[in-house]
Amino acid sequence: MKSALRIACSRQNLQQVRDFVRGHLTGRGFADVAVNQVVLAVDEVVANFIIHANGEDASQYLDLTLLLKNQALDVEITDQGDTIFLPVPAPAPDLREYIRQSRKGGMGMVLVNRLMDRVEFFTRGNHTVCHLSKVLT
Amino acid sequence: MKVTAQPSADLLTLLLDGELDASSAIVLDTQLAKPEILNYRKVLVDCTKLSYISSAGLGVFISHLQPLQDKDVKLVFFNMQEKVFNVFEILGLDALMTIVPTQAEAISA
Repeated sequence: MKSALRIACSRQNLQQVRDFVRGHLTGRGFADVAVNQVVLAVDEVVANFIIHANGEDASQYLDLTLLLKNQALDVEITDQGDTIFLPVPAPAPDLREYIRQSRKGGMGMVLVNRLMDRVEFFTRGNHTVCHLSKVLT
Repeated sequence: MKVTAQPSADLLTLLLDGELDASSAIVLDTQLAKPEILNYRKVLVDCTKLSYISSAGLGVFISHLQPLQDKDVKLVFFNMQEKVFNVFEILGLDALMTIVPTQAEAISA
């Protein structure tokens, strides 16, 4: 089963993205925690594209596709903006140091990498694409 | 996302209702940044109706933890849904923050 969604680059649309992912996965016998993990991973990548790659420019947009085959989920998020955004793999965060420094950010992509089986960022033409996959239980 | 503050003597309970993400985290950040919060002995975070948290929401708690600890204000979470607790767990935050099952345990923590 395949579903698609296009959103403008505004963080106000994150709720719509999460509802879209939940709608695709709910009622198929997957554990609530597992569904939430996928919702969170997609939310984090989309938030990064909106805030860091597009500077919350609502005239730019993102395309999402979800493809579920049995228990295998593939998610593709394409940034239709022209800024290439390829996050570098982050080391495991020292959270005690984050607390000491009162840091707010720097955990999103760490979460994504821990939640999904596979995380890839690549370019297609002058656009950035993120591919996420996970076998759900 | 709705944040309701319920003061009671030297305890402040924050009731979180909804989804805490990069869009709504500012609501909680504003609440925790109020100077008077440092006058309480304990801030209890009622997570009963918190149905989602992203790294932006976690970041708000992380960024306020040290200032609270510096003033001996304890931050305690209770009634956290399993899927929300799982997010704290994945990052190892469950070992660095006080998360208890019930309000009674949060009051006595």
